[in-house]
Amino acid sequence: MPEPLLLIHGLKKSFATPDGGHQLIVDVPDFSLDAQIQVALAGESGSGKTTFLNLIAGILKPDDGKILLDGADMAMLAESKRDRLRAEKIGYIFQTFNLLQGYTCLENVLLGMAFGKGVDRSFAEGLLKRVGLGDRLHHRPRQLSTGQQQRVAVARALANKPKLVLADEPTGNLDHKNARESLALIREACRENGAALLLVSHDREVLSRFDHVQQLDRINRAAQAEAIV
Amino acid sequence: MNIWRIVFKSLRQHALSTCVTAFSIALAGGLLMSVWAVKQQSQATFTGVNAGFDAVLGARGSKLQLVLNAIFHLEASPGNLAWSDYLDIKKNPSVELAVPLAVGDNYHGYRLVGTLPELFDKAEYSPGKKFELQPGGTMFDPARREGVVGDFVARKMNLKVGDTFHPFHGLIFNEKNQHAETYVVVGILKPSNTPADRVIWIPLEGIQKMSGHDPRAATDVSAVLVKLKAGSAIAGFQMDMMYNKQGNRLTFAWPIGSVMAELFDKIGWFDRVLSLVSYLVAIVATASILAGIYNSMNERRREIAILRALGARRFTIFTAILLEAAMISAIGMAAGFVVYAIIVTVVAGVMRAQTGVVIEPWKFNAVMLWAPAMLVALGALAGIIPAFKAYRTDVAENLTPHS
Repeated sequence: MPEPLLLIHGLKKSFATPDGGHQLIVDVPDFSLDAQIQVALAGESGSGKTTFLNLIAGILKPDDGKILLDGADMAMLAESKRDRLRAEKIGYIFQTFNLLQGYTCLENVLLGMAFGKGVDRSFAEGLLKRVGLGDRLHHRPRQLSTGQQQRVAVARALANKPKLVLADEPTGNLDHKNARESLALIREACRENGAALLLVSHDREVLSRFDHVQQLDRINRAAQAEAIV
Repeated sequence: MNIWRIVFKSLRQHALSTCVTAFSIALAGGLLMSVWAVKQQSQATFTGVNAGFDAVLGARGSKLQLVLNAIFHLEASPGNLAWSDYLDIKKNPSVELAVPLAVGDNYHGYRLVGTLPELFDKAEYSPGKKFELQPGGTMFDPARREGVVGDFVARKMNLKVGDTFHPFHGLIFNEKNQHAETYVVVGILKPSNTPADRVIWIPLEGIQKMSGHDPRAATDVSAVLVKLKAGSAIAGFQMDMMYNKQGNRLTFAWPIGSVMAELFDKIGWFDRVLSLVSYLVAIVATASILAGIYNSMNERRREIAILRALGARRFTIFTAILLEAAMISAIGMAAGFVVYAIIVTVVAGVMRAQTGVVIEPWKFNAVMLWAPAMLVALGALAGIIPAFKAYRTDVAENLTPHS
């Protein structure tokens, strides 16, 4: 049986509170995700979903536990190596897109490549054409609609041919029609590029489109405790 | 897409503050280079100008005043000396050439200097170079009211061969002091880039016997330019002793370069003040880089967080900010050369108009290397604090927009 792409064990992360204490936000005993599988995590606000994704992406360092991504333990790596691993193996789609406003669509995608496997202009252009923005390569984000900005973010997330795409409420800022189209695009693009998808959302319409849906408060014991409180 | 692209994008995004800060660097760099270059060039030029002579003999007084008057045609004459004094030094076996000068009149502010034709025939104003006339001109006849006009004066006063002019009494132009005599321009000197370009040369007797001048001084001269024979360095010491130490009637200004160097020693404080001002401007400009980038850090935090989320390392961000600061300085210094060109061209023009001494604005000076290098390094140094702030940016906290 092949190793899962992502294997998490005993993952814990807490943050300091204003009163000097610590609040546990993520406490995930076990979680795994196979390669090329698409999983949706259902979580309400405050369930620690963004922190969970940031831990997987290596943006945050856990207090304890293991995050094995394609065999490398993200939790044990030095920050610069986490940055490198994230750039090469993870694509991240944010709820607020996080496009750089001073850069064109193409430059945003190229920038995604610059810190990863290297710049490949024709591949970047191909990705933007794939998401329907072939005629918007040199537009800046603020010249695009919200839906179009989301598509640039999708193209950028796939720029380094990642093995895992993390999507944090990717449809949260879109209207119903754009949300449906955007979700379909993310799923198709991940499938075409052989990337696994881990998407968190609280939108039932979004969740209903996935075969594999897990409740975050069942995975994250810290969220369970929060719910009880 | 590399780190330079990120730097240039950031410079463009913050174009206004980039321009303002670069402008202050340009002023600082331009000022610093100008002060330095003008100081060195003018010092080298003024101490190097001697009209081809080693010494000046004149009335008792300041050596500096004597040199300024006889060589640079500035300042008033310290007084007259008798014709016999001229003949005495001319006969000295160590003297190769002695040429008398007489001053006291002007033409619209440009000095008339009376002298003998041998100043033009025998003297070399710099090694191998004698004063030459422009085509169509001749040397003045010592017995006639004729003049040879320096190139600068000819251009400024639009004087041509065949023109006539009336001298004015004194060294400062006053239209009420016009002499009755009429002089004819018989020649225009080719440019020599020396103070001689700013003078109208007439026969010695012309000044001595000009109407209205004291008839008792009709044979006096204002100064004697002295060229010693080659290998007669000791003669300079002997004459210095004879005229300056043992005698009390005349002054022997020797060597001319040392007299001028004393002037620069005396006004050295002015150079130092100017240098200090330009260093202060450089420090203020550097501080403005620091303040400009540091203040923009708040609005850049999200951008930095995004770059980090895309995989940029902390050190990459740190380097990008440092390079941005250095680039602002580099852009400023590029513009600083324009500021330098403007300042030095203006100063060179004023200096030429006032003294006849020519400095070359684009002559290489080491300051053109070390000043830009220093300011770019200072700029990069100023970038360290904001770069460190960028280095410490919390990615997770800043990925979400703050309203």
